[in-house]
Amino acid sequence: MIFAVLQRLGQMLFVMIGISALVFLIFFATPGSDPAARLAGRNASPETVEAIRKDFGFDRPLPVQYVIMMNRLFVTQDLTSFVNRGMRVVPAVAQAAPVTLSLVAGAAVLWVIGGIFVGVVAALSRDTLLDRGLMVLALIGVSMPVYWLGEVMNLMTQSRFHDTVFFSWVPSLGYKPLLTDPWGWFKTLIIPWFTLAALYIGIYGRVLRANLVEAYQEDFIRTARAKGLSPTRVMVRHALRTSLIPFVTMFGLDFGVLVGGSALLTEVVFGLNGVGRLTYQALLNLDLPMVLGTVMYASFFVVVANALVDVVYVLIDPRVRES
Amino acid sequence: MTAAEKPILLDVNGLTVSFATDRGMVKAVRDVSFSVREGEILSIVGESGSGKSVTLLSLLGLHDRKTTRVDGMVAFRGRGILDLNPSELRRIRGREIGLISQDPMTALNPVYTIGWQIAEQIRAHEAISARAAKKRAVELLGEVGLSNPQEAVDRYPHQLSGGMRQRAVIAMALSCNPALLVADEPTTALDVTVQAQVLDLLLRLRKDFGSAIILITHDMGVVSEVADRVAVMYAGRIVERGETEAMFKSPLHPYSWGLMGSIPPLTGPRLARLKSIPGMPPTPDRIGEGCGFAPRCAFARPACLERPPLRMIGTQAALCILEEPERSALRRTVLSPEEFA
Amino acid sequence: MSIPSDIASPDAFIPDMPDETAGKRVGASPWRRAWLLMRRDKPTVLAAIVLVLIVVSSLSAPLYAGYVAASDPFRSNLSARITVDGKRVKVMQASTEGLGLGVTPIGPTYGAQYFLGADTQGRDVAARLLYGGRNSLLIATSATVICLVLAAVIGITAGFFGGITDQILSRILDILWAFPVYLLAISLSIVLLSHGIVIGPIEITGDSLLLPIVIIGIIYVPYVARPVRGRVMALKKSEFVLAAKGLGIPAWRILVNDILPNVSTMLIVFVPLMMALNIITESSLSFLSIGVQAPDASWGTIIQDGQTLLYTRPAVALAPGIAIALTVLSLNVLGDSIRDALDPRTKLV
Repeated sequence: MIFAVLQRLGQMLFVMIGISALVFLIFFATPGSDPAARLAGRNASPETVEAIRKDFGFDRPLPVQYVIMMNRLFVTQDLTSFVNRGMRVVPAVAQAAPVTLSLVAGAAVLWVIGGIFVGVVAALSRDTLLDRGLMVLALIGVSMPVYWLGEVMNLMTQSRFHDTVFFSWVPSLGYKPLLTDPWGWFKTLIIPWFTLAALYIGIYGRVLRANLVEAYQEDFIRTARAKGLSPTRVMVRHALRTSLIPFVTMFGLDFGVLVGGSALLTEVVFGLNGVGRLTYQALLNLDLPMVLGTVMYASFFVVVANALVDVVYVLIDPRVRES
Repeated sequence: MTAAEKPILLDVNGLTVSFATDRGMVKAVRDVSFSVREGEILSIVGESGSGKSVTLLSLLGLHDRKTTRVDGMVAFRGRGILDLNPSELRRIRGREIGLISQDPMTALNPVYTIGWQIAEQIRAHEAISARAAKKRAVELLGEVGLSNPQEAVDRYPHQLSGGMRQRAVIAMALSCNPALLVADEPTTALDVTVQAQVLDLLLRLRKDFGSAIILITHDMGVVSEVADRVAVMYAGRIVERGETEAMFKSPLHPYSWGLMGSIPPLTGPRLARLKSIPGMPPTPDRIGEGCGFAPRCAFARPACLERPPLRMIGTQAALCILEEPERSALRRTVLSPEEFA
Repeated sequence: MSIPSDIASPDAFIPDMPDETAGKRVGASPWRRAWLLMRRDKPTVLAAIVLVLIVVSSLSAPLYAGYVAASDPFRSNLSARITVDGKRVKVMQASTEGLGLGVTPIGPTYGAQYFLGADTQGRDVAARLLYGGRNSLLIATSATVICLVLAAVIGITAGFFGGITDQILSRILDILWAFPVYLLAISLSIVLLSHGIVIGPIEITGDSLLLPIVIIGIIYVPYVARPVRGRVMALKKSEFVLAAKGLGIPAWRILVNDILPNVSTMLIVFVPLMMALNIITESSLSFLSIGVQAPDASWGTIIQDGQTLLYTRPAVALAPGIAIALTVLSLNVLGDSIRDALDPRTKLV
């Protein structure tokens, strides 16, 4: 047991080191790339480039640079931005994280409820018009690019229908902290929540419906019905309970990736200064310390989410408990 | 009181089950009639696809209501089951009629303990505390012969052997003390030694609980060991039914002859070779009004394309055009001692 | 004691799939069966028609730009004038919003010229939409091919040879797997866009369409390679492969005869789903201005162009989004249908 946990931790560490090395390589070792030249700008003189190279330590061997940077990121935590000099990486990420977390957590609540609703109703009304309609809606949700849906939402709530009773409450784009302005927090986030959730409601609804339909072919569902249980109980305690196992896996991974910064398109469209947007800005400015910081943050969530999924898996599926 | 005098528990009359398919309605079970008396074991025998499982599912109302139509009359203790509304039906399922499935591996929900699943059924029908229900589950598991019921009650299905799981399924079916147990090939998925134990268990339960049992099987050996009466199904029809002893002594339908010919006798001279019936059973959509077995029957004649008549001899009844003494003569050619070498 | 198995037919109860051509039974070849199943499904047919229409109209972009719209969709047209309802009007009109400063591009005319209006450069949005569709489809298709080929090679190698090969490949996939796809795509795009890439004799410049193709082709490889590897490993343990091994059939023949056909079915099921995913990914990158580079267009870049005009000329951003949604929707419908018909077990991750 302890060995398994240690092995798991080792694996997590390996993946995180791998990711940081990969980012490092992408920025420093891609053929034809010269970080100093890029930081100096297009028309910089060779002297400037050379100065920057020295200043940032790009003249040192790659492994040394990597170790120095990782040391400053994790141990001394004084790694600063290349672009906004003096701006520390760790506090910047810490400041952006609550925005992302608020966005993703709210959307996750919506998409879990919505996904279960769509999946269960569609499975129960299988092959009827209601089922078809829900599946078409789910497919539309899956097919719209999230940033475009965000723009459409903005167009409606900020411009076209902003003066009507429906959307006059929608505040202008931006983020309000939960602790100082909870109501404002809620109002600014509700449209982004729905936008981000639309895609996932579609995915989860479709997957859950398929799993439920499959579950209803199982012998144990027939047993449950033969026991004289009510249809609700058969659905909730038997079909849904077993179908939730893959659902939980999906949720863990999606949640981890989004908290890690993959909600950046939603953040960009709604002007939310979250981790995704921070990462994107850092990438655009080739601000490597910031990129490393945000990517490590992102991969941390992904890796932790993976581990949590494994734990939850053991809790909800007795079959994997022994192995 | 002999078995024949006990009151009728389940009476099935003219049961017809049709499925909606791309080619329209296809009858999987046609005009099936039989009855089960209290405490009696009726065995329904037939090949895969002969309609025996479909018959059983429609008895419990477990068919898919959207794609399946069930006609005819099914009376349980004089009450028509087919016309019951869902909640009335649920009160019969599990409480009055218990189901034992074929494969104990898949019949139990993998994510709940055995005890939980048994208690769930008890609590669906009786107002009783969770703790009392669990205590009953332990008793039931002891009843069906699990050596350590206290421990087994907290086990998940995958932690038990096949035989133990089937006992747990039986315990669950018994949990509300039903008057009728419906067992769908309860021994097929088990090892031979375990098969015998489970059959013994069913016989004992009949004695101790007085439950009637409908035993669905394709195993003639099982039939001869436990059944009071037999119904042979072929291509959606019951082609012959009667008391077990009489049927094994003098089967009336040529299909039954084939079945008997496929059993190695336990006593007497050995068959040189077990017989098989040539050909394949027809798919339900290919069956007309005529005798379904005619295409494979060595004795078929043009009249077999018509709906076969029901002929009764003593306690036996068969859907076949053959009449005595021709039937006995033909049967001798199939099941005669000359065949034994 | 049981009924001999030669008379018991387990399939006797499953009615065969009927074929609308009289008397003939479907089932000889799985491909033919799949084709007939799909042909009967109305949503599938509709999706296929929509896709064909989108592809054909995208391919006819030069014809539309040259003969209908009569404008070059890649050059600024700030001073152009066109005739609408018999009147000559400027493409860039004086703004009526706010202080009345600056210019606003003409809105949809629903005529031959500027059917969907103009963008901030005065370019015909409808013509750009068609050209953009060409690029979006081209990138998505090529990236799909790259992704599936790489994934098949990696997945089959890892699954078939096992051992240390599998260990190394799987660990690399693990890392890529844990790397959020969009971050990976954006990192690669930004680095490669600024300087292009030089690999031996091949030089890809920063504004080449090849860059997004390669990037999008790479990032989803783990998502396909993993299931391929799993399937190959399962096949390796299957009865028929073990039997073939027992007969002394060489490994390469088992690979060619038993494993490749099975994997290729799986890959075909992935094609439409990957296409859909790639279209969305390409458009997202282009929307972040790190995909297709100006003056080239793709659906994503047009939405990006339309962002500043969102409240005044929403058609610029709305139209390409609808095009994306329609294409992806059709691909998903088609993908579901192909999967159901060919290989219901296949799941993308």
